[in-house]
Amino acid sequence: MTEFPLLTLIIWLPIIGGIVVLASGETSASISRWTALAFAVLTFVLSLGLWIGFDPTTAEMQFVERAAWIPSFDVDYYLGVDGISMPLIILTTFITIFVIVAGWEVITYKPSQYMAAFLIMDGVMVGVFSALDAILFYVFWEAMLIPMFIIIGVWGGPNRVYATIKFFLYTFFGSVFMLVALIYMYFQADSFSILDFHGLQLGMTAQILIFIAFLLAFAVKVPMFPVHTWLPDAHVEAPTGGSVILAAIMLKIGGYGFLRFSLPITPDASAALDWLIILLSLIAIIYIGFVALVQQDMKKLIAYSSIAHMGFVTLGFFVVFTIVQDPALSAGSVMGIEGGMVQMISHGFISGALFLCVGVLYDRVHSRDIAAYGGVVNTMPWFGAFMVFFAMANAGLPGTSGFVGEFMVILATFRADFWWAVLAATTLVLAAAFTLWMVKRVVFGEVKNDKVAALKDLDARETFNLGALAAAVLALGIWPAPLMNVMHSTVENLVVQAGSCKLPPDEREDCVLSRAEPVAALLDGTARP
Amino acid sequence: MQFDATNLLPVLPEIAILITASLVLVVDLYLKEADKGVNHALSIIGILAAIALTGTVGGGEAQLVFDGNLVRDGISDLLKGAILLVGLLAFVYARPWLKDRGMLVGEFYVLGLFAILGMLIMVSANGFLTLYLGLELQALCLYALVAFDRDSKRGAEAAMKYFVLGALGSGMLLYGVSMIYGATGSIEFGPVAAAVAEQGMSNKVLVFGIAFLVIGIGFKFGAVPFHMWVPDIYEGAPTPAVLLLGSAPKIAAFALAIRMLVDGLNSLHPDWQGMLVILSVLSMALGNLVAIAQTNIKRMLAYSTISHVGFIFLGLLAGSSQGYAAAMFYAIVYAVMAAGAFGILIILSREGFDAERLEDLKGLNDRDSWYAAMMALVMFSMAGVPPTVGFMAKLLVLEAVVRIDMVWLAVVAVVFSIIGAFYYLRVVKLLYFDKPAEAAPRLVTTGGVRVAMTVNGLALLVLGLFPAGLLSLCQTAFAS
Repeated sequence: MTEFPLLTLIIWLPIIGGIVVLASGETSASISRWTALAFAVLTFVLSLGLWIGFDPTTAEMQFVERAAWIPSFDVDYYLGVDGISMPLIILTTFITIFVIVAGWEVITYKPSQYMAAFLIMDGVMVGVFSALDAILFYVFWEAMLIPMFIIIGVWGGPNRVYATIKFFLYTFFGSVFMLVALIYMYFQADSFSILDFHGLQLGMTAQILIFIAFLLAFAVKVPMFPVHTWLPDAHVEAPTGGSVILAAIMLKIGGYGFLRFSLPITPDASAALDWLIILLSLIAIIYIGFVALVQQDMKKLIAYSSIAHMGFVTLGFFVVFTIVQDPALSAGSVMGIEGGMVQMISHGFISGALFLCVGVLYDRVHSRDIAAYGGVVNTMPWFGAFMVFFAMANAGLPGTSGFVGEFMVILATFRADFWWAVLAATTLVLAAAFTLWMVKRVVFGEVKNDKVAALKDLDARETFNLGALAAAVLALGIWPAPLMNVMHSTVENLVVQAGSCKLPPDEREDCVLSRAEPVAALLDGTARP
Repeated sequence: MQFDATNLLPVLPEIAILITASLVLVVDLYLKEADKGVNHALSIIGILAAIALTGTVGGGEAQLVFDGNLVRDGISDLLKGAILLVGLLAFVYARPWLKDRGMLVGEFYVLGLFAILGMLIMVSANGFLTLYLGLELQALCLYALVAFDRDSKRGAEAAMKYFVLGALGSGMLLYGVSMIYGATGSIEFGPVAAAVAEQGMSNKVLVFGIAFLVIGIGFKFGAVPFHMWVPDIYEGAPTPAVLLLGSAPKIAAFALAIRMLVDGLNSLHPDWQGMLVILSVLSMALGNLVAIAQTNIKRMLAYSTISHVGFIFLGLLAGSSQGYAAAMFYAIVYAVMAAGAFGILIILSREGFDAERLEDLKGLNDRDSWYAAMMALVMFSMAGVPPTVGFMAKLLVLEAVVRIDMVWLAVVAVVFSIIGAFYYLRVVKLLYFDKPAEAAPRLVTTGGVRVAMTVNGLALLVLGLFPAGLLSLCQTAFAS
């Protein structure tokens, strides 16, 4: 525990950096770029401090900062991280560096505004992951939309206006109901602290309504079938950097929301409605997998693949409720959530890298059509190698990070239900099919046309981007233990929370969850199942 | 009745405005055409002095003066300050517009100052009659301001409409007042409240009186179904007049509602609550839906006003001091946002050209990225997106209705705020994603306007990040 306000610094440093870059104006693009990069790297280095100073043996919040913000409504500036949010924060600051580098020479229209938007995004997203006050969380959650709206709308493709307004309205639609739920819980808990919400006893009707409000917010963000349609549009139209941030981090915020809010606050409603989430997750995995198969546009294909992979994340989170009802299987519940978490981090690397790959091609040929390419490996051998590697990782090849998460989730799902696991496992075939088929058509084969023949291989900047991400994918695939280690205590505590009946005493007989004793006893944070 | 000079102390801000207005009226006669800027300077100095006086004489216990016809309390201090500040912004924005069109004449300032004086009297009224006097002083000046561009047919038409419908609204209000006077035998809020508390709901005349009062309030706010005048007047009136009548008068209208419903008729809260629920839901629904179809930005902002009025009513109908504080916060914030939005329209106008259509905002980011950023802040704030203060305002009123277990109303409100987000986003889209029209010349603005717009826009952000100060002011106003 440290007195140093590290989280505040990680949140506000990039935002201040964004303002500095904005103030530097459009006079010199290179000044804007280098300033932006300096701030992004500095933020990343600072965020490593979280990893170093983190105590993995406890599930309690660390690096806590708390100060009154709006005293009359008990709204606090309350920050802290646990084993779930800390890795996601580092992912955020890490990916931002590549986004800045990827936009280096490509963005010529108002580069300082572009860089500033991503820096501000960086800080705001870290804010989402570290906020422990519901209103603070909501403020960061919504504030994220503004820079993204501008990024897609200003630097996006031809249909960008439609895509960005759709993106904004979908996410806005999802989250306002969450706001009402948060205010409702404020009057129940007499506090806006998310940790106090965890200790709340709520009746079944209230839980179900709150659960649905959260579901609307998070399902749109994840995105889950059937509210996923904004994602392909946004991805296709966004500039490369925007796609990377969307896929690598924004989607994770939805998954994070489930872990921070839905599972621990409304466990009984989650247990009652887990079939819904599991059903939607399986639809995402299978149906969206097939949809991905027929895409002609590379970015769209990767976007659909993201939806399918995020289906795994939600599946992993919600099979927990089937597992915890049988105490003999409780180890599986931890595995499900950890698998989902690993999948989120790994998908952050892989999808980010794939979008960067598409960006590399797009910058040269200005087309995202699969049909416009063929035989790229002949003119761009290094690029071909990277693209094949990331495609393999996307298909879940053992040794890459893509395998670890999927494997853990399937294993956990097996404990819950054999047939769910069978259905989930079809992804191994489907993901391989749609990714590798794309790679076959784009990378291999004869050189298709003059444009492909004229391609130049990766420059130093692009090699740095893809190389670093490849290293991350490999590292996490071969040795995921450090990541599991930091999150283990937190996930165990979360499973206890999610497995506890939080119905008020008069509804206690309806409890299906294994732990029916009062919740307060479990709230000391160190309880073990 | 003995004349007591200490009576004058609490109304010093009003006196300052009155003196300034009279001074401008006289000085203007002796000014040459080239020196008309003196009017502007005088008015600004007068308003600044009034702001300073509000701060000096304000605070502390509530004081009743002039035989209980006026009151100075926490509510009036804060609202006066807000009205004066917004009025100041309006005058600063209006100057280049008036100058370009040769309308930088004393009358604009005299009418504007008297309108502000009327609003100040409204917020410190302690009886139905004083309130009505203030209201009419404000309204008459605004009617004239709408017709200020004498050669404009649209302006004259708008002024006519405004006058007729405004008179109708005032008539309703007076009718309601007369019924309440009949039932209680008093026009001062204190005795009325006491009498109402005694009789309760049993007296049907009182309930009728309230119905007419609420209709009157609805007219003055522009709440559905009494909103018909709003879009037409916003469209037809010259932009500086819209700026004046679209911003600060909302604060005064809020005072009107608070003084009558809360100071006077608080014990009949269950009666007027139901009426306000209807007005609120209708306003949010119609305002947000119809705004989408507008191509004229002044009309769009008019419908946006209507929807914001719905949100202000949410706080009022909650009937708790928290709710009133939330509504007050919302009203003040709304006035600041409206001033910013119309300020940008004035900035975009130039000699012989008025920015009125949405297309006129196209590509502002390429023409002047600072003003584009400010307008974007205003729009995001109106849409209620954090971290701007518009979100905080919405949060507070939602909190107030959830507190009284009207969760459904909160859900309705957020649904309409999503719908509303669309047309605000469309403006941001025009600002940032579109290229400016070929003919659009460079924006030329004075330093004063730029400073005012910067303060105005950044205030929305800063208040959003640090709302505690203004909020606690609002809450202390209603704490007693």
